[in-house]
Amino acid sequence: MTGMTPIVKRIAQLMVPSILLLGIYVIVHGHLTPGGGFAGGVLVAGCFALLTLAYGTEEMKSEVFKWRASLLESVGIFIFWFLAVSGVVQGSYFCLNLISKSNPGIPFNLFSAGNIPLYNIAIGIEVAAALFAIFITVVVLKVGEKS
Amino acid sequence: MLTALILLTVLMILGAFIALESKDLLSGVISLGIIGFALTIIFLVLQAPDLAIVQIIIETMTLVILIAAIQKTTREDTSDEFDAKKVMIWCAGLVFIIVFLLAAIKAFQHMPAFGEPTLRMAQYYIDNGLSLTGASNLVAAIILDFRAYDTLGEATVLFTSVAGVVVVLRKMGRKRA
Repeated sequence: MTGMTPIVKRIAQLMVPSILLLGIYVIVHGHLTPGGGFAGGVLVAGCFALLTLAYGTEEMKSEVFKWRASLLESVGIFIFWFLAVSGVVQGSYFCLNLISKSNPGIPFNLFSAGNIPLYNIAIGIEVAAALFAIFITVVVLKVGEKS
Repeated sequence: MLTALILLTVLMILGAFIALESKDLLSGVISLGIIGFALTIIFLVLQAPDLAIVQIIIETMTLVILIAAIQKTTREDTSDEFDAKKVMIWCAGLVFIIVFLLAAIKAFQHMPAFGEPTLRMAQYYIDNGLSLTGASNLVAAIILDFRAYDTLGEATVLFTSVAGVVVVLRKMGRKRA
């Protein structure tokens, strides 16, 4: 897939940093404001999709990005699973909010609610990588190609 | 508020009909967008900003992915002609709708009234969510602390579906086709 005109490329350059920042904000503040890992992850994925559409697959080296997205998706779900199992390792139940028990923190602060921000970050990584992997798979695919 | 909800629901049903009946797949996909964005406004009217954010972003992303897929394949609807097989499918669908409606009438009589979600468990979460978890966003407190096991299942579903898409649409292993 080839890129678009210089106007689209320039607008994408200007838009992408703010969209990426909004996505990271939504993920990190998931336990304080509406949103969370799912919404923020899709925003981050959309930011990369915008770059791919504007610049084309050759310039973005999409084949490399596809493998990295697949890897990051597995890493995200592994972090979630690791956090959930750590409760069992401590001798209590699955998905125990470990940090909240030992270090409660002040409500409405960024560093509060124990494991919940960490779960949000794990889900954000997973959703962003997953949606970008689907997008890049569909965009790179060439129908009827027999190499 | 109820009038707005009914109007939006009618709009969604119309969008679904257009999406089904249009011969051009691109306009069908855009009609699907009507359903998603009307659902976003319904979530906002019902005061569920978490769901509205997720819905509007997912809807936009889905439209981009579907349009990319249409550009790679074809814009024309290539469904079959009308024949005896289709009559059977229509009859089966009609029977299913009737059975579903009868069961739904029975089930909806036991639901709480519209706008009063006073289930016993939900009331416990609303009262004690902040003090037990420390998260001021109650939705995050429920899906990532009280019901974190469900969220793990949800993430696994997403992981599995992406693995399926990447495997089916891969380039490797296509050489003998």
